[in-house]
Amino acid sequence: MTELATPTVRVSTRPAESRRDIGIKRRYAAERRFRAYGISAIVLGLFFLAVLLSTVIKNGYTAFQQTTITLPIEFSEKVIDPKNERATDPKQLMTANYPLLVRDALVKQLGLDATKRPLVKQATDMVSASARTQLRDIVVADPSVIGKTIPVTLLAEANIDSAFKGQIDLSVDESKRKVKDRQVAWMNQLADAGVLKKSFNTGIFSFGASSRPEAAGVGVALVGSLYMMLIVLVLSLPIGVAASIYLEEFAPKNRLTDLIEVNINNLAAVPSIVYGLLGLAVFVNFAGMPRSAALVGGFVLTLMTLPTIIIATRAALKAVPPSIRSAALGLGASKMQTIFHHVLPLAMPGILTGTIIGLAHALGETAPLLLIGMVAFVVDYPGSPMEPSTALPVQIYMWANEAERAFVERTSGAIIILLIFLVFMNLGAILLRRRFERRW
Amino acid sequence: MSTSLLLLIIVLIGFIAYFAGRARSFAQSGGKLANLHSLPGYHGSYVAIWAMLPAALVLAAWLIASPLYIDSSVRASLPDSVRSQGEATTQLALGQVKSVAAGLVRLNADEIAALENGSANLRETLAAKGVALAGEGEPYMIKAAQQFNAMRTYSRWLMSAVVLLVAVAGGIYAIRNITTRFRARNQVERVMLASLIVASSIAILTTIGIVASMLSEAGRFFSMVSPVEFFFGTVWDPRFAAAGSSGESGQFGLLPLLGGTLYIAFVAMLFAVPIGLFAAIYMAEYANPRLRSTAKPLLEVLAGIPTIVYGFFALVTVGPFLRDISTQLNGLITGNYQNFIQAQSVLTAGIVMGIMLIPFVSSLSDDIITQVPRALRDGSLGLGATRSETVKRVILPAALPGIVGALLLTASRAVGETMIVVLAAGVAARMQLTPFEPMTTVTVKIVHQLTGDLEFTSPQTLVAFALGITLFVITLCLNIYALYIVRKYREQYE
Repeated sequence: MTELATPTVRVSTRPAESRRDIGIKRRYAAERRFRAYGISAIVLGLFFLAVLLSTVIKNGYTAFQQTTITLPIEFSEKVIDPKNERATDPKQLMTANYPLLVRDALVKQLGLDATKRPLVKQATDMVSASARTQLRDIVVADPSVIGKTIPVTLLAEANIDSAFKGQIDLSVDESKRKVKDRQVAWMNQLADAGVLKKSFNTGIFSFGASSRPEAAGVGVALVGSLYMMLIVLVLSLPIGVAASIYLEEFAPKNRLTDLIEVNINNLAAVPSIVYGLLGLAVFVNFAGMPRSAALVGGFVLTLMTLPTIIIATRAALKAVPPSIRSAALGLGASKMQTIFHHVLPLAMPGILTGTIIGLAHALGETAPLLLIGMVAFVVDYPGSPMEPSTALPVQIYMWANEAERAFVERTSGAIIILLIFLVFMNLGAILLRRRFERRW
Repeated sequence: MSTSLLLLIIVLIGFIAYFAGRARSFAQSGGKLANLHSLPGYHGSYVAIWAMLPAALVLAAWLIASPLYIDSSVRASLPDSVRSQGEATTQLALGQVKSVAAGLVRLNADEIAALENGSANLRETLAAKGVALAGEGEPYMIKAAQQFNAMRTYSRWLMSAVVLLVAVAGGIYAIRNITTRFRARNQVERVMLASLIVASSIAILTTIGIVASMLSEAGRFFSMVSPVEFFFGTVWDPRFAAAGSSGESGQFGLLPLLGGTLYIAFVAMLFAVPIGLFAAIYMAEYANPRLRSTAKPLLEVLAGIPTIVYGFFALVTVGPFLRDISTQLNGLITGNYQNFIQAQSVLTAGIVMGIMLIPFVSSLSDDIITQVPRALRDGSLGLGATRSETVKRVILPAALPGIVGALLLTASRAVGETMIVVLAAGVAARMQLTPFEPMTTVTVKIVHQLTGDLEFTSPQTLVAFALGITLFVITLCLNIYALYIVRKYREQYE
């Protein structure tokens, strides 16, 4: 080769300017363009992420504040129990005219003329209609308050809440907005008196579904989601780990295990709504389990998360080097002992990471839950997984369909709560991986 | 005795059995553990398994079989006048008997006596106790209900006795088996292996469940509406028939839904593929490790956001934005300030779905591109090609099969996506070419047909299963083909 090559190598002696044009400029320009496309693709992707998150936060952070009105409510016996029947008829306290108490207190506070009906109506509209149940609960819990005057913190109505947060454009013609000029004046008057103020909104974490934005919260949905996550964790972790151990360590290479393998990979990519159909047909229709129950939701989400967990677990088991197995087997451990005493503990961080990611997916899943009837208007906390309940993402879906402006704020607030949960779960997974992952 | 209490007792027996088995093996070994074939713990587990497993199986079998048996014998005891009226009436009567039975439990002896001699109204008595009865109760129902209750009580006691007996007997049998040479570990490991196999077959069972449940429900649908009408119909109008009327049940044409699904998926892919692919190329070929280690996880955050959030984003931000911008554009060009993009439209849903798909495209393609062997890259660069030429002429052709697989996987996700289209695509089932108007998809219609009160007999709800199986088959084909390609591709470079 060398003796052949030597004579052909000739050093170019031609001057640089006469070099054949190979379009280097054009090619470098193309190179720069290509690079710019790449950078702009990444920037665009990150831009969308930023827009998505910032709209949610911009719309939602105000949901964590709630305007309240603290009024000295006189629990007058004349209004609550005019005929003094409460000892004999327990229904009396449940059905009393509590809004009247609010009206009286408000009229007194604002110094209005109680005989001017429309005026008084506008004033009482500033207080949420949930005041009725709030006052009722106070009286029912402790009937001795009747006859006393107690300051009670009531929720402001959603539109007043929005106006006080500055979200309503007051320059629009009065007839076209829901908050009237007079109400705004009263609002400012109450705010100056320190009666009306913004405070941290604990209600969004504790209330259930409500048609009034100010009294709606994700508390009930959180409990439903919690039940489902517990069911998913309890079922999918052991089953997923057991299945992966069999497939990875024991299964003979044959048609059947090949089929299971293909099957699991496919199940991981089946649209989630198909799992909802499965749950509806098998669990609700065939097995007769209750609709809207967290139990059925948990089962459906378990089936949905299983492939994810199995795939992650198998990868984690595969990453444990064969030398560990050989050493254990060489010392006389049985195959089962090798796996359960040595391989599985070493693979555990990987398994848990996969499980947490699977759970995070299940927590945000909505579509299958819609089909098994979890789009329910649930006001009370479910006492057990068999009772009707709803889930956090489903609550978001239901609020997203509400027309009122204040629900946009609530929906974004609920999304923030959901995202915070997801961030914590994923951070946990990352930390777990950082802390325990071993490179062999 | 309630089932959960029974289960608790079985577990308790299992615990006792474990310690008994351990103690027994200790005793047998005569103080020298080396005499034993298996460790004492295995002997304990062996006994515990024998105590719990057969009992649990008997319990499960009993719980499934006894209601069937009781139902059939109560049904046989119903008067001939009821049974001669056909299956539906008998079933209805049986249901009433069961609610009467549930009510009778809450009554005291006097009230039952009053019911039996006919001096009290069955329905009112039960309503006072909070049990609603669908119809006016018949006298024979009280008797049947009493028989039902008696059989149930009897069955419960018998079940408890049998199950506990099986548990204790299993434990004793196992303890008697324990000797120093007894291979307890092998026995326990066999049970463990069996449970591992059972766990891994759940994956198969899920698939069978999906296919079987959808086929059977879709089969019922196709017995009412012909498959030709469903698969080739161009009109989707599943009118809910007015109460009492029959015959006209609407038209169930799949094509407008399928058209909408594919159109939206196409727009989404049009949006996601260039961005995702260029991001992947840049990250695999150009980016330094620092950029890569921050940008890649950040992009993947997009994949971790629940789809309902994207749906909400489309509904309150992207949709109104597109509508307003189209109003402005139209105004600037024609002077007529009228929006030509609807807030809910193919474009809105497609763009937002595209954003969701970016990380899928980019991380799948990134994996594929980095698998292309170093030698190909070095060869091309060594011959004087620029980096972009290397990418375009060498790496992409080499990675093409894998990238196609990745794109197919992404497309299957786009087709099956639900929440974004439910909130952003609209509900109007029509065929059209403009992306500015709303269209609807298969998944939207599944959700719509199945939310609210359901009856599993009308074609209006059953059609959801026919839609579901169509969706399942489409995504399955895409997935299998894509996974096949990707696998093939990996093997090529391994």
